Amino acid sequence: MGDLFRQNASVLANAIATKEVSAVEVTQAHLDRISAVDGKVHAFLHVNAQAALEQAKAVDAKVAAGTTLGPLAGVPLGLKDVLAMKGEPTTAGSKILEGWRPPYDSTVVQRLRAADIVILGKTNMDEFAMGSSTEHSAYGATHNPWDLDRIPGGSGGGSAAALAAFEAPLAIGTDTGGSIRQPASVTGTVGVKPTYGGVSRYGQIALASSLDQPGPCARTVLDTALLHAAIAGHDPMDSTSINAPVPDVVAAAKRADVRGMKIGVVKELGGEGYQAGVSQRYAEALEILQSLGAEVIEVSCPSFEYALGAYYLILPSEASSNLARFDGMRYGLRVGDDGNNGVEQVMSMTREAGFGPEVKRRIMLGTYALSSGYYDAYYGQAQKVRTLITRDFNAAFEQVDVLVSPTAPTTAFKLGEKLDDPIAMYLNDVATIPVNLAGIGAMSLPIGLAPEDGLPVGFQIMAPAMADDRLYLAGGALEAALTDRWGHLLIEEAPEL
Amino acid sequence: MTSISRADVAHLGRLARLELTESELDHYSEQLDVILQSVARISEVAADDIPPMSHPIPMVNVFRDDVVKPSLTRQEALAAAPATEDDRFRVPRILDEE
Amino acid sequence: MTTTSHGDVYIPFDEAMSRYEPIIGIETHVELGTNSKMWCGCSTDFGSDANTQVCPVCLGLPGSMPVVNRVAVESTIRIGLALNCNIAEWCRFARKNYFYPDMPKDYQISQYDEPLCYDGYLDVTVDTPDGPQVFRVEIERVHMEEDTGKLTHTGGATGRIHGAEYSLVDYNRAGIPLIEIVTKTVIGTGSLAPEVAKAYVKELRDVMRALGVSDVRMEEGSMRCDVNLSLNKPGDGWGTRSETKNVNSLRSVERAVRSEIERQASVLDNGGRVIQETRHFHEDTGRSTSGRSKEKAEDYRYFPEPDLVPVAPSRDWVEELRAGLPEMPSVKRARLKEEWNINDFELASLANSGALDLVEATIAFGVDSVAARKWWTGELLRVANEQGVELEALSVTPHDIQQVESLITSGALNDKLARQVFEGLLAGEGTVEEIIATRGLAVVSDDGALLAAIDEALAAAPDVAEKIQSGKIQAAGAVVGAVMKATKGQADAAKVRALLLERLGVSE
Ligand SMILES: [Mg+2]
Ligand SMILES: [Zn+2]
Repeated sequence: MGDLFRQNASVLANAIATKEVSAVEVTQAHLDRISAVDGKVHAFLHVNAQAALEQAKAVDAKVAAGTTLGPLAGVPLGLKDVLAMKGEPTTAGSKILEGWRPPYDSTVVQRLRAADIVILGKTNMDEFAMGSSTEHSAYGATHNPWDLDRIPGGSGGGSAAALAAFEAPLAIGTDTGGSIRQPASVTGTVGVKPTYGGVSRYGQIALASSLDQPGPCARTVLDTALLHAAIAGHDPMDSTSINAPVPDVVAAAKRADVRGMKIGVVKELGGEGYQAGVSQRYAEALEILQSLGAEVIEVSCPSFEYALGAYYLILPSEASSNLARFDGMRYGLRVGDDGNNGVEQVMSMTREAGFGPEVKRRIMLGTYALSSGYYDAYYGQAQKVRTLITRDFNAAFEQVDVLVSPTAPTTAFKLGEKLDDPIAMYLNDVATIPVNLAGIGAMSLPIGLAPEDGLPVGFQIMAPAMADDRLYLAGGALEAALTDRWGHLLIEEAPEL
Repeated sequence: MTSISRADVAHLGRLARLELTESELDHYSEQLDVILQSVARISEVAADDIPPMSHPIPMVNVFRDDVVKPSLTRQEALAAAPATEDDRFRVPRILDEE
Repeated sequence: MTTTSHGDVYIPFDEAMSRYEPIIGIETHVELGTNSKMWCGCSTDFGSDANTQVCPVCLGLPGSMPVVNRVAVESTIRIGLALNCNIAEWCRFARKNYFYPDMPKDYQISQYDEPLCYDGYLDVTVDTPDGPQVFRVEIERVHMEEDTGKLTHTGGATGRIHGAEYSLVDYNRAGIPLIEIVTKTVIGTGSLAPEVAKAYVKELRDVMRALGVSDVRMEEGSMRCDVNLSLNKPGDGWGTRSETKNVNSLRSVERAVRSEIERQASVLDNGGRVIQETRHFHEDTGRSTSGRSKEKAEDYRYFPEPDLVPVAPSRDWVEELRAGLPEMPSVKRARLKEEWNINDFELASLANSGALDLVEATIAFGVDSVAARKWWTGELLRVANEQGVELEALSVTPHDIQQVESLITSGALNDKLARQVFEGLLAGEGTVEEIIATRGLAVVSDDGALLAAIDEALAAAPDVAEKIQSGKIQAAGAVVGAVMKATKGQADAAKVRALLLERLGVSE
C-alpha cells in the first residue's frame, strides 16, 4: 500500500487485522503527517503521541494474540476538543478552560477506546462550538487544506481539516446547527449528524443541550458508518439518549442503493442566495440519483424560513445557561482574585477575560431572550417554531424517504471575510439548522468542485428520526456513482500541502 | 421588538457576570439590536395554538436506580481548582448575601 | 417598644395584634434520605470528609449530565399524596439561573410552573384557651430540586459571611435531592399565627417521618423553613410581604413569625412602608436582619431543563404509591387516643414530648399502656430534657422497657431498681441484663437473709420492738428503713414489713 496516511479507515483496519501493517506503523505515519503539515493547517490543538502509540501497541498485541477486534481497531482519530478525555487537555477552543484536564472520559471517548480506535489528539474548533469558520478559536484559526487562505468551516473545522489534510482518517465532530456537516461540505469530506439522542452527549461540553449531537466524520461514507456504529447507542448517563437499537448504518452504507427510493428536494433550501457552482453541482447530483433509480420530487417546508430566527434564540438561550459554570471557582481560569475583589467581581472579570467576543455576544443575547418579560416573545415563540418545523418535516417524510439540499449556500469563504458580520456568518447554517431543530439525522457528502472557485461542494441528505441508515443508503449510492465517474474520491484532488 | 439600550446591555452584563468594557457596551447594544431585528421574524408566526417543543425526541420517565456509585477521589475533585484550602475549594469573599 | 442594633423597632405582640391581621406563608425545604444524590450516584451520607462525595455530575464539570433518581421522584409523589395533593400527569424540570459559588453549575435544577404535586392541604391543631382548634393549611405545590454545597466563611471576626476574607466550599451536599413544599397564604389565624406556623412545620415533620422519606433533622439542616409574612389592617387589602430565611428549628418558626409581626407593625404604625425583601433570622437574638431587597432581585431566567426529559407518572404508579402510604400522624393520634383511653391534653403532651411513637412501640412489645407512658413521659423525659435532646435520641429502647417491665412483674426488680437500670442504660453500661449483673441489682427475696437483717436492725434499736409490740405499729417504718438501707434497696419493702410484724407477733 502507498502512503499509510492517505488510506481510508476501513482499508487501514483491514491491513492491521491481517498484519499487513501494524497499528503502531499506522499511528506513527499519521503522527509524522501531523508534524509535516499541521503547521500550515492547524487542525490539532493537542496531540499526545505517546498515548496514541501506546494504544496502538495494545492493538498490535491483541492482533498478535488473535483477539477478535472491532472493524476500526488500530485506526487513528482526531477528537473535537469539546469532548472530555480523562487526563488530556480539553478546552472547547476557549481560553477559560486552558489547562483543564478532565478527571473523566466522555461516553464517546469510552466507546472509541472500547473499539480500539487510536485517539491522536484534540482538534480545533470555534470557541464553545460557536461559529461556522473555526476562526473563533482562542488558539488561532484552522486553515482549509484546499486553500489555506480559506476557512475549513465550523465549528468542527479542526476535525474536517484533519481529514482533508490526511492527518487522520477518522474524526469526531459535534453538530448543533451544522458544525459537522458544513465543515464536511467545505473540505470535501463526509460528516453525519445522527438523530438527536443517537450518540451520547455525556462528556460533550454543552453548547445548546436540545440541539447538540456528536457524530462521525471521515473521508468515505463507509468509514463514517463504521465510526457511527462504534459510538452510537443508548447511554444511561445521558437522559436524552434513545433507548432503542441503532439502525444498521454499516449494512446500509454497504448496500448503497437508491432504487425505488423517494427523494424530496426541499424547495426552500436552494435557489436564491446559493452560489451558482453549488447549485450546479447540486442539480447534477440530483440527476445522478435519478439515474440510479430514485424518484426525485419537490417538497415544500414553509416554516423553514423561520428556522434561522428560532435557532439564534434557542441556541444563545441554552448556551447562556450552559456556560454559566465557567466562573473561575472550581476549574479553569480565574482573574482578579486579589483578596480585595468579591466573588461576583472575580466571576465577572474571569468571564470577561476568558470568553471571546462571539461567546460573549451569544451569552448576552441568550440572557436577554430568557429574561423576564421577554421569554414568551423569544424563547417560547422559538420553541413553537420548532414544532412547526418538525411538522413540516413529518409532512414531507410522509411523501418521501429522505430529503435533500445543498449543505451550505457557498463554498469555503476567505478567512476574516465574515468575522465582523455575525448575521452573514449565521447565514452559512441556513440549510443545516432545520435538522437540529427537529432532532432528525443528516449527512453531508462531497459532490464535486464549484467551477468558479474549484472548491468542494457538499450535498445534504436528511432522514426521519431514528432512520439514520437511510442517510447511508442514499449517500453510499451517490458516492459510488461519483467515484465511478471521477475514477477516485474527490478528496484525492486536494492540493499537496 | 424593543431596542436594546446601553443600560440594558450593562444590566445583561451583570446578570451574565461579564465585566464589559465601555466599548463593548456600545458594540453589543448595536449588534444585539441588529441580531434581534433579524430574528424578530419568528414573531410573525401566528402560533397561539402551537405547543412549544423543548425536546426533539419525545421521551418521558428516564430514571436511574437509587444506587451509590464511586465518587471521584478528593485529589481528582480538587485537582483543577484555582485555589484550595483545608480540602475545600477556596473562593473570594461573598459580599452580597443571597 | 424595643430597638435593635440594626435600627429595627419592635412593638409588643399584643399591641400589634390589636391593630393588624397577619397573613403567613411557609416554604419548607426537605432533604430526602435517598442513598444516592438527585442526579448522580454519589452518596448522601452526612458528615463525611469534605469533597469526598463528589463526581463530574454533582461538581457540574463541563460535559456532565444529570439523570433523575427514581426514588426521589417516588418520595416526592408520596409526600404529595400524604399532603392531599394532585399528582401532575406530566411535568418538567426547569433551570433556575443565578450565580453563586456553592452552586456548581451556576443554575439550580428545580421545577418552575410545572410542579410534580399541587393543590393539597395539611390540617394542624393548635391549643387555645378554648381547647384545641384545627386550621387547614393549604399546600400550593411540592416540587423537586437539588441542594447546594456548603460554604464556610473564613477570616474576619464572626465566621459569618460579612467581614469574611474568603470562603471555602465543600460540594458533598451539592446535588442532594431537595423537596420544596410551599403553602398557599394562610389567613384568619389572627394572634395564633406563630402557633399555627409552628404547628404546621411540626405536623409536616411528623408526616415526613411517618413516610420515612427524610430524617427531617432541623438542627442538621435536612429540613429548613422560610416564612413569608405580611400585615394589614382589618378590612384593608393585603400588605407587602417579607420573606424570612434561615428559620431552622420549630421554636424559631414561632419566634420568627412573632418578631416579624412586631417589626412590621412598628413600621406601619410609624406611617412607614414594609419593603418586599429577604430577611435572615438569627437563632441567638430571635430577630431577623434585612438581606437582599426583592426590588433589585435576580432575574432567574427559568426555562425547561433540556438535559432531562419530562416526568409523567402513570396513574397506576401513583395509585400503587397511595396504597402503600403509612398511617398519617393525625389519624394515628386519633386512634391511639381511643386505644389508650386518654384525653386531648394527655395526647398532646405525649405528642409534644415526642413520646408517641416510642410508647406505641413499647406497647407493641407487650407492655401495658400505662406503664409504657409512665416510663417515657416520666423518668426518661426528665433525663432527655436535662440533656436537651429528643427522647428518641436517648440510648433506651422500647425493647429495654419491655425487659425491665417483665422483671418488675416477676418481682425480680422494683421501681427503684428499675430506675437504676435505666441510669445504667443511659450511661452506656451495656444491656439490661449486663447492668443488672454488674450493678448487682436484684430484689432480695430470700426470707432467711431478710430475717437476719431484721434481727440485726432490732438488736440495734431494742426500744423500737417494744413500741411496736405495744401497738405503735407506725414505728415499724424505722426498722423497715434500716433493713432497706442494709440491703441497698434490693429488698421488697412490703415484704420486710410483713416479716417484721410476724417476727414480733403483731398483726395489723
Ligand atoms: Mg427552592
Ligand atoms: Zn456526584
